[in-house]
Amino acid sequence: MSDKIFDVQNVTLRFGGVVSLNDVSLHQNRGEILAVIGPNGAGKTSLFNSLTGVYQPQEGTITFLGRDAKPISIIGKKAHRVSAAGVARTFQASRMFSALTAFENVKIGAESHRGIGVLGAMLRGPATRRGEKTSDAKTEELLKFVGMTDKANVISASLSYGDRRRLEIARGLATDPQVLLLDEPAAGTNPSEKIQLTELIRKVRNEMGVSILLIEHDMKLVMSLAERLYVLNFGGVIAEGTPDEIRSNPAVIDAYLGSSTVETEERT
Amino acid sequence: MMMTIFQNLSVRRFLSSVAVVAVIAVMTGPAGSTEAPTAGFTGSFSEKSSFFGLFETIRWVPFLFIAVVFFAVWTLWLSRGEQLKGGVSKALAAPRSATQRRPVRWGITLVFLFVAIILPHVISDPFWQAAMVEQIGVYILLAIGLNVVVGFAGLLDLGFVAFYAIGAYTTAWVTGALPTPPLFGIHMDPFFAIPIAILIAMLAGIILGAPTLRLRGDYLAIVTLGFGEIITIFANNLYGITGGSQGTAVIPHFSLHLGPIKYLWGLTPVPYYYLTLVFVVLFLAAFSLLEHSRVGRAWTAIREDEVAAESVGINPLKYKVMAFAIGASTAGFAGVVTASQSNNIFPSSFTLQFSINILVLVIFGGMGSIVGVVLGAIVIQTGSMFLLHSPPAGYQPSDLYIYLGALLMVMMIFRPAGLIPSRRRRREIRLSEAGEGHADEVLTGEQP
Repeated sequence: MSDKIFDVQNVTLRFGGVVSLNDVSLHQNRGEILAVIGPNGAGKTSLFNSLTGVYQPQEGTITFLGRDAKPISIIGKKAHRVSAAGVARTFQASRMFSALTAFENVKIGAESHRGIGVLGAMLRGPATRRGEKTSDAKTEELLKFVGMTDKANVISASLSYGDRRRLEIARGLATDPQVLLLDEPAAGTNPSEKIQLTELIRKVRNEMGVSILLIEHDMKLVMSLAERLYVLNFGGVIAEGTPDEIRSNPAVIDAYLGSSTVETEERT
Repeated sequence: MMMTIFQNLSVRRFLSSVAVVAVIAVMTGPAGSTEAPTAGFTGSFSEKSSFFGLFETIRWVPFLFIAVVFFAVWTLWLSRGEQLKGGVSKALAAPRSATQRRPVRWGITLVFLFVAIILPHVISDPFWQAAMVEQIGVYILLAIGLNVVVGFAGLLDLGFVAFYAIGAYTTAWVTGALPTPPLFGIHMDPFFAIPIAILIAMLAGIILGAPTLRLRGDYLAIVTLGFGEIITIFANNLYGITGGSQGTAVIPHFSLHLGPIKYLWGLTPVPYYYLTLVFVVLFLAAFSLLEHSRVGRAWTAIREDEVAAESVGINPLKYKVMAFAIGASTAGFAGVVTASQSNNIFPSSFTLQFSINILVLVIFGGMGSIVGVVLGAIVIQTGSMFLLHSPPAGYQPSDLYIYLGALLMVMMIFRPAGLIPSRRRRREIRLSEAGEGHADEVLTGEQP
């Protein structure tokens, strides 16, 4: 189990006087479906933003062992460099390029890591045309993979929540990631969409070999999907283990599932 | 009793119409004086009133008529607006595929090209022939260049004139029209100035852009505004280098010496017209390919949601600097054409007003829409040239900006996406009105 993909050591993130992540240490193994749970404001999204270069933690180290298991330090890297290294993500409130079609959304992901070549783009040279063809093929393949081929030409703002989630996953996968970070993928979806989504996430891991790191409030979904979990509360890790271990962990029951189960299980 | 009348929407609408028209009446009327404080409404018998010379006197009568028409149009517009409530769903309708549109677009393009080619044979008035080069052709170049910055990348640049000035002065330098010795000590043809001017303007764009494009919205606009002013002041005050306010010495015309082929673009505007036309067509082709390329999509992605764009591996700064550099080099190129065509350049022509004028063309035509911007440039520049050529009674050249300003206000209310909006932009505006999408929103990630 020593083949790690993410290794987070003693990370502390502050906003002025507010401590958002407090001495967080955790790791993810390659090929694992890992979940991070915790009540609202526990620092889950802050952790995601730190892992993807959107936030820069003041203390600690985040090591990403991407392609060829070469260790890369995430802290201090800009978000687009982190993406190029092989970390893809989705957002809590899904953030599509809403005026573009589903196809264009995915295509932007598929072509972002190639060199820019403005002159080539202006003259539409053979290299540019080849590149367009490659990205078109890749985009079609990914839309098929998430089951949205029939919605390729739909403007993304008019897609349902479930479709947007799937499209965001396709867009993330288009960047050829090693790990996919999903921030509450099931939020706002209906029960049948949830089942589809669970299957899709498993398929991403099993068929594409992409590790999954996920934040989720839907306990049923998390417990059925995740192989291992971390529980965050007040910016710190309070428990780690398999779904069964977490379910019976007294600290978790006390802090998270405890007295106010109904409140915390509900999404805001 | 009175209150209930005022609460009636159409009464209020009518009173607003009267108020707007009254303001226009005062604005366009004869200058007020203590003897005739109501001259704006009654008109003066000694001079013709200035509203396009349509009305001679007792101005409030025709202006009341205008108010009634305005009110009628407004009411009709609103009732039509009810039918258009389905705007969002229309914006979300699947776009027609490119293959469906292609033959039509090619047809329209060829018709326009044909018209552009025969135009100088139809219009023989030398004023208009010159205007088609200096005031329309060059402005189209500038507008499509600024469109890359403002429309494609969504960056507000108020100092666009700086790059135009850099292009023009580079031409003067290369051809030996400045007090400073020319490049390599030889007086070159303006054709050689083209690559040099493009390169220098592009460098200026990168040097200005790289540190400042991290700024957002208003801050960027202020920095570019300052840069534009700095360049003008340099041109004015660096007497030993630029020739100062006296302007440059004579810049030669373009000339071609290719073996047996010899051609000199002289004082007549027609050869210049065709030269400009060729350049405009080349730039148009390049920019429309660019819009539908990876680069164009990346710009759209950044404009809509910078955080999401970065998360899929797009480097926003790089793409913004690129847009800036492309816009700058287009302006630099336009500077070469102007410098060579007009023979002399003066710092006084590179003003803030010029930058704003180009921006008006882009906004009026439709930000991000190449066709719209070209048409906007043609319409506005032709209009202002018409006012200059055959001014209506009482019209002063400086009045132009009153009308341009009013036009822009009306456009912003009724057609905010411009004359021929770009599909993406129109969708963005409709979606953000419906509370969807992140376009133009300042966001740096969700709060913890």
